[in-house]
Amino acid sequence: MKNLLKYLKPYVKESILAPFFKMLEAIFELMVPLVMSAIIDTGIKNSDKPFIYKMVLVLVVLALVGFISAVTAQYFAAKAAMYFGKEVRSDLFRHINSLSYSEIDSLGTSTLIARLTSDVNQAQTAVNLFLRLFLRSPFIVIGATVMAFTVDKKVATIFAVSVPLLAVVVFAVMFGSVPIYKRVQSKLDKVLKITRENLSGVRVVRAFNRQKQETEEFEENSLELQKSQLYGGRIMALLNPITYVIVNIAILLIIYTGGLRVNTGNLTQGEVVALINYMSQVLVELVKLANLIINLTKSMASGSRISAVLSVEPTIPDGEKFADKGDDPAVEFDNVSIAYNRSKEKSLSGLNVSVPVGTTVGIIGGTGSGKTTLVNLIPRFYDVTEGSVKVNGIDVREWNKEKLREKIGVVPQKAVLFRGTVRDNMKWGKQNASDDEITEALRIAQAEDFIKAKDGLDTAVQQDGRNFSGGQRQRLTIARALVRKPEILILDDSASALDFATDAALRRAIHASTDGMTVFIVSQRASTVKNADMIIVLDDGEIAGIGNHTDLYENCEVYREICLSQLYSEEASAK
Amino acid sequence: MKKKSKSVNKHTVKRMIALVSKYKFFVILSLLMAIISVASQLYAPILFGNAVDLIVGKGNVDFDGIIKIIIRTLIVIAVTAVSQWLMSIINNNITYRVVKDVRVKAFRHLQNMEISYIDSHNHGDIVSRLITDIDQFSDGLLMGFTQLFTGVATIIGTLIFMVLVNPKITLIVVLLTPASLFLASFIARKTHVMFHKQSEARGDITTHINEMIGNQKVVKAFGREENSIEKFEDVNKRLTEYSLQATFFSSLVNPSTRLINALVYAGVGAFGAVSVMSGSGFTVGQLTCFLSYATQYAKPFNEISGVITELQNALACAERVFEFIDEKPQIPDSENAKVLTNPDGTVSFENVCFSYSKDKELIKNLNVSVKQGQRVAIVGPTGCGKSTIINLLMRFYDADSGAIIVNGENSKNFTRASLRTNFGMVLQETWLKAGTVRENIAYSKPDATDDEIIAAAKLTHAHSFIKRLTNGYDTVLGEDGGSLSQGQKQLLCITRVILNLPPMLILDEATSSIDSRTEIRIQKTFTKMMKGRTCFVVAHRLSTIKESDVILVMKDGKIVEQGTHESLLEKNGLYSEIYNSQFAEA
Repeated sequence: MKNLLKYLKPYVKESILAPFFKMLEAIFELMVPLVMSAIIDTGIKNSDKPFIYKMVLVLVVLALVGFISAVTAQYFAAKAAMYFGKEVRSDLFRHINSLSYSEIDSLGTSTLIARLTSDVNQAQTAVNLFLRLFLRSPFIVIGATVMAFTVDKKVATIFAVSVPLLAVVVFAVMFGSVPIYKRVQSKLDKVLKITRENLSGVRVVRAFNRQKQETEEFEENSLELQKSQLYGGRIMALLNPITYVIVNIAILLIIYTGGLRVNTGNLTQGEVVALINYMSQVLVELVKLANLIINLTKSMASGSRISAVLSVEPTIPDGEKFADKGDDPAVEFDNVSIAYNRSKEKSLSGLNVSVPVGTTVGIIGGTGSGKTTLVNLIPRFYDVTEGSVKVNGIDVREWNKEKLREKIGVVPQKAVLFRGTVRDNMKWGKQNASDDEITEALRIAQAEDFIKAKDGLDTAVQQDGRNFSGGQRQRLTIARALVRKPEILILDDSASALDFATDAALRRAIHASTDGMTVFIVSQRASTVKNADMIIVLDDGEIAGIGNHTDLYENCEVYREICLSQLYSEEASAK
Repeated sequence: MKKKSKSVNKHTVKRMIALVSKYKFFVILSLLMAIISVASQLYAPILFGNAVDLIVGKGNVDFDGIIKIIIRTLIVIAVTAVSQWLMSIINNNITYRVVKDVRVKAFRHLQNMEISYIDSHNHGDIVSRLITDIDQFSDGLLMGFTQLFTGVATIIGTLIFMVLVNPKITLIVVLLTPASLFLASFIARKTHVMFHKQSEARGDITTHINEMIGNQKVVKAFGREENSIEKFEDVNKRLTEYSLQATFFSSLVNPSTRLINALVYAGVGAFGAVSVMSGSGFTVGQLTCFLSYATQYAKPFNEISGVITELQNALACAERVFEFIDEKPQIPDSENAKVLTNPDGTVSFENVCFSYSKDKELIKNLNVSVKQGQRVAIVGPTGCGKSTIINLLMRFYDADSGAIIVNGENSKNFTRASLRTNFGMVLQETWLKAGTVRENIAYSKPDATDDEIIAAAKLTHAHSFIKRLTNGYDTVLGEDGGSLSQGQKQLLCITRVILNLPPMLILDEATSSIDSRTEIRIQKTFTKMMKGRTCFVVAHRLSTIKESDVILVMKDGKIVEQGTHESLLEKNGLYSEIYNSQFAEA
């Protein structure tokens, strides 16, 4: 939380003025009982009406001035807090945008989203509350006690005893309930998990006729949630009665000892009334303080979660070099090994390949064999652990990242589209792409027909592209990569949802219209990579073979197994 | 429009009351406690005032009287504390019990819901109805019980007590009330608009965050960081402006009520002091008592307006929950539905028509007849209706017309449960529960022994990777299989079916995520599994398809070709086109 305070710095004026005005208000409030006691002791005793009116006027003025200070304080506090939130949110968003793939992997996107939304809100609310109350409440509690001492030292000892006692009770209940609320939260998470599971698995649940058991499980967990909620409630229920008892017994003590002091002429009736008033003020403020503390503990957690994300350093620093397509190989892997996030097991090791410009490379292998890892190294989404990857003769670590990624078109496994129109989405590939360029890319990606059938380039795309089928989304993401006419095109298993006919037509079209483009095709289907100039066969992160179809079919056992499992031997070995 | 929403509200309130009425006894008790605690709380200042009156000045203090009052006050304090405590406990009980009831009711409803509802609605939305909305509803309910009751009781009680003590001064307090109400409603109106704008802006920013952070990798791949930041800054600025206004206006409520309180206080002070002097019998003690009422009096107004906003929110949430509960459930099994046992394995579609939405016909006059033990492959381009066949077989959806005949009888005549038990299903989309590996495999047969489970896992070659997991079969998998790879998840799903193998099977791309070498290894198991069983197989891989007894080639919801591999190739139609495309020149 501490290092988030720097975001308050530009609003230092507001952050000081807010508590200052709050304190002013508190001072005016503390003066009220004194004025009232003057009314009783001087005004009523001496039947001095003008004095009473004067004092009442003082009360009204105190109220108005107090109100103005409070409003001013609220304004400054709100401003400081909201702008604090804005700065944190903005910085966090920027920071996340600067992280590389491996940091995003280890943090998890859902975590990042939660940090940016609910955690920042929580922190922002806490700042607001804190600025308003952190001085005011303790000030009033202590101020009331001090005022009591100025009125009468003997009676004020009651304050000296009961105020700490109240504080102990309030905080004990607060701290006692924090772990219980954590438990309630985790129970609620469990209930949520079951609900989500039953929605996504509705077919399986019903296929196995497990509705009854699932409902029972849900009911059991709901009951447990209810029990812990009730348990927490029982503890919280103690707060009001106990504080009420302490404060009122204190008031009784004030009355009694006050009576003794008045009897001996050391105190007046009005002063007794003032002391009672101060005691009531203490109660009100302590309850506020308790709420502030609950809120603060919650937001401390939020704050530290935000700081944790902010303190993650992007591990991929930018380089400066860049180069055009030349005689050097388009991509060169030199003894490359990579292990994700310091895990011991390497996802890929000892890779040596040189890919000349204009080559089509097929990459095939089972799940978890390292295919995606390999292509992710080219746009430097991850850095190698050993060896080097060169694009146009320059190590990717020396490349200017922006320049490097500009020449590469990536079609990721997950077909992601964004809200907007088809045209907006296509412009992700190239900011200033013309409609002709876009239509051309759609044509190659076999997406022209279904886009035309809708509203053409103006067809709206809903969130996650859910108004398109899986296969249509894949074709659109391919078109998006093609719009920029990349020098290197990476298709990461991006035609898996297409049927064979469309898949084949797509490959033909790409081949025909991408002269000089170096293409990497990752696939599980032998038929997809079969005609590539070069096929890399991966098996458990190791290269099992490199070559063309015929060579590999004869010499690489892994490749032959893959082919045989998918094609028929006579056709697989043909050509 | 407004009228309509009001009547909906009324309806919702009625249902909320109906839910709560199960705990009538508690509610009455709670009300009783509220009245007792408020009455005794208001009585205390009167006692304090009486005591102050006994402290007049030097040598003029009536200690006997004070002691008497102190004893009486102690009793009042005890009564207040106990009744407050009981009230909290009772309110908690009502709220959390009602909430649990609603939640279980909603979940039970979910289990009886048409699958079409679940398919066509955003899961996030349904989850938020069952979790967040019900939670909000509970918060509102609890606040309603604790603060609305006591708030109203306090206002009425204070007025009664004040009138009893001094009607004239009470008038001052009452006259200042409209000012307080006016201020509160003014602020509420202003704030409502601001809050609305704020939540709109918040929605915008959340959507943007979800999209851009959720797909951060794509953003980076296309170097769109700057564009996305720019847009973010834009929305962020808007959000900040609205939040500032909303927060500022809403935070005015407290100072304003304090101002009103302070003015009431000053007014009571002035008139009180003058009354005391005029010798009308109004005492300093009564003035003290009035002053303490004055500090309490406006507070409930403030709280009640807060409670009303909260209640409105709770009402809106409750409405969303009820809306869900009111969704029509699937048509229950007919009363004389039969239990399907030991089916012979014959399945036929007779003139089946089906569509997901009325305006788009999908399956029309489908006629297929499958004999016992036959393997049926379904092939065709994406979106041609392959999965629909499965939906119909399992009765996840019911046909619009025509009939699906299982074991010589319309499948609608059987109970859904018994029909589904006789089909083993493996879907392309793997689904595992959060739980141990063992629990997941035994999902098909809860009473399976360890030996049976391990035997099944060995058949699918899942045993070897399960053994390597940290706790073997007792390894707890996270939601949706946690860290398992897609292929491993699929193996577990297959094992789950193998453990309790029914006479008919449905395999929808069952091995799509398993790499082809593992697939070869489990092929034997598959062959054994399918032997003698009627199977429906959706597959891309022609090797699987080729060996089928019947191949259904689908396009646009219709079966365009039907036959064996050889006969279809000869036909030179869609099938041969699909088949040959595998080997097309790229």
